[in-house]
Amino acid sequence: MALVEIRDVYKTFTRGAERIDVFTGLTLDVEQGSFTALMGPSGSGKSTLLNLIAGLDRPTSGTVRVNGAEVSAMTPAQLATWRSEHVGFVFQSFNLLPVLTAFQNVELPLLLTRLSKRERDERIRIALGVVGLDDRMDHYPRQLSGGQEQRVAIARAIVADPTLVLLDEPTGQLDAKSSQEVLTLLARLNDEFGKTILIVTHDPAASGRARRQLHLEKGTFVEQGSLVP
Amino acid sequence: MKIPITYNLRSMRARPVSTALTALGIALVVAVFIGMLALANGFASALVRTGSDQNVLVLRKGADSEMSSSIDRETASILASVPQAARGGDARAMVSPEVYVVIALGRIEDTTGMANVVLRGVSEQAWQVRQNVKVVEGRRPASGKNELCVGAKLVGRFPNTVVGQTMHFAGRPWEVVCHFTAGGSAFESEMWGENEQVMPAMRGQVFQSVSFRLADPGGFEEAKRSLEADKRFTVDVHRESEFYAQQSQLLGSILRILAVLITSIMAVGAIFGAVNTMYAAVSSRMPEIAVLLTLGFRPRSVLASFLIESAIIALIGGVIGCLLALPLNGLVTSTTNWASFSEIAFAFRITPGLLLAGLIFAVVMGMLGGFFPARRASKVPVVQALR
Ligand SMILES: Nc1ncnc2c1ncn2[C@@H]1O[C@H](COP(=O)(O)OP(=O)(O)OP(=O)(O)O)[C@@H](O)[C@H]1O
Ligand SMILES: [Mg+2]
Repeated sequence: MALVEIRDVYKTFTRGAERIDVFTGLTLDVEQGSFTALMGPSGSGKSTLLNLIAGLDRPTSGTVRVNGAEVSAMTPAQLATWRSEHVGFVFQSFNLLPVLTAFQNVELPLLLTRLSKRERDERIRIALGVVGLDDRMDHYPRQLSGGQEQRVAIARAIVADPTLVLLDEPTGQLDAKSSQEVLTLLARLNDEFGKTILIVTHDPAASGRARRQLHLEKGTFVEQGSLVP
Repeated sequence: MKIPITYNLRSMRARPVSTALTALGIALVVAVFIGMLALANGFASALVRTGSDQNVLVLRKGADSEMSSSIDRETASILASVPQAARGGDARAMVSPEVYVVIALGRIEDTTGMANVVLRGVSEQAWQVRQNVKVVEGRRPASGKNELCVGAKLVGRFPNTVVGQTMHFAGRPWEVVCHFTAGGSAFESEMWGENEQVMPAMRGQVFQSVSFRLADPGGFEEAKRSLEADKRFTVDVHRESEFYAQQSQLLGSILRILAVLITSIMAVGAIFGAVNTMYAAVSSRMPEIAVLLTLGFRPRSVLASFLIESAIIALIGGVIGCLLALPLNGLVTSTTNWASFSEIAFAFRITPGLLLAGLIFAVVMGMLGGFFPARRASKVPVVQALR
């Protein structure tokens, strides 16, 4: 059984009289422990797909299952709890709360767990250590570079030890060097820690790091990674 | 409550001007609220403290104040030997037939206006009957002389009230021989002279009331029953404490209603201020809220977080309001006591309970103002807010 199972998903947005059919019968499996890059032209539905997997949005019809749980059928309250336990999410730009330090930002997901203050502290130190920012714990987001901010966001995405880490163009606003750092980090998370990673990117360098590449075009996949060994 | 309060405190600090203005709006309302209720409080407590549980006030039947009452000499002399009265060291019954008149005096500060001041003619026993009355300067008026003892709250507000000075009214001079306090009560706004001097000076033939002290506070009902049943006169018998509490009721409740009315109108303004500030806070923090929601914080935690933020701002306003109002405590002001149309001076009275009420009022305003913005925050569409 795949970690993520998307079956016959339709997604339609209506803006006034306008109807946008993003997906018409999409089906996809993402295996546990995989590192997948999702590419495709702007407007092809990449972000929409991540949102459906994370339960931030609902399919018009069809099912989305993650780890056996049917995400597309949960109530908002169930979704909130489920997401805090199973999904880490990193966005392209806005990720950190500007009034909280790196440490406090990373702590947020743990406030939803039953961990004690000491256990939380330890986890935060480990997570920030993994992303190489244990010396910047008390810095505010504006005191960090773009690349460092994204690494803090990744630390926050993994701190609660989720099965699945979803990233929507995490290197979109970073220079080449910072991008490389972030990508190396993701590869390590996948290798060493066995995290399942699904990353949306336009960057060929980024998709090169992934073990599987998916191309989304007009709402359907043109799969390449599995064809080219 | 999952979202840390640090987040709210720091967010408030990130927009100091709008936070401060909102808090200030609430502070003003709370200050006015506390101030007006302190006024009502002070007025009521001045009158309530005037009366003693152990004293009895006898008025003509149907009279609702001493002003409109009259007790003739014959009745007064029968009442002088009422069996329930306490006896002093000199074995004389503690009974005081009293003359109660109101005279117009010019004020020191506002020379154009006149104020009605109570002149009470008392017997020698009055000083034992009213145990809260204490001569603080000089000596009691001597019998047979036109001498006055002036209540502490009148001193300094009316001319010639210093001990040794002479006041002129009712066509004769009155020497001020003492000042007295009476525990902050309405007596402090009166002038006392001897009843037998005051009555002829005011061309009166009768007393207005007879006050006496009960030997046993439990003897009131019995005294009331026997005096009101007595065929030789028709009188109403009041417990002094109840009589004064009654007098404070009308003006006291008008002051309270006024306080509530004025502060409610102001509160509407302050609440709208909070609504505005919180809506602005929510719309400028849409992406942050969306991040919190994607992390798994529930919509109701977001709602609680913004409600708390609004309540904290309001609480800060409440504390400032208390600090603004506090200097009023003890400040002396005066009003006309509508039961006697005479002036009564009293002090603003701010109690811990009143401060607490002010703080609660502030938090309620904050919660009311914060509710709709907080609800909007909890309904932020995550996907759109992060696009
Ligand atoms: N909330 C929405 N309301 C209406 N239309 C939407 C909404 N979200 C997405 N769309 C539309 O759905 C389509 C897919 O959008 P999506 O954001 O998933 O594309 P994308 O592949 O992530 O593009 P990009 O590379 O520019 O981020 C687009 O045509 C977009 O306009
Ligand atoms: Mg996108």
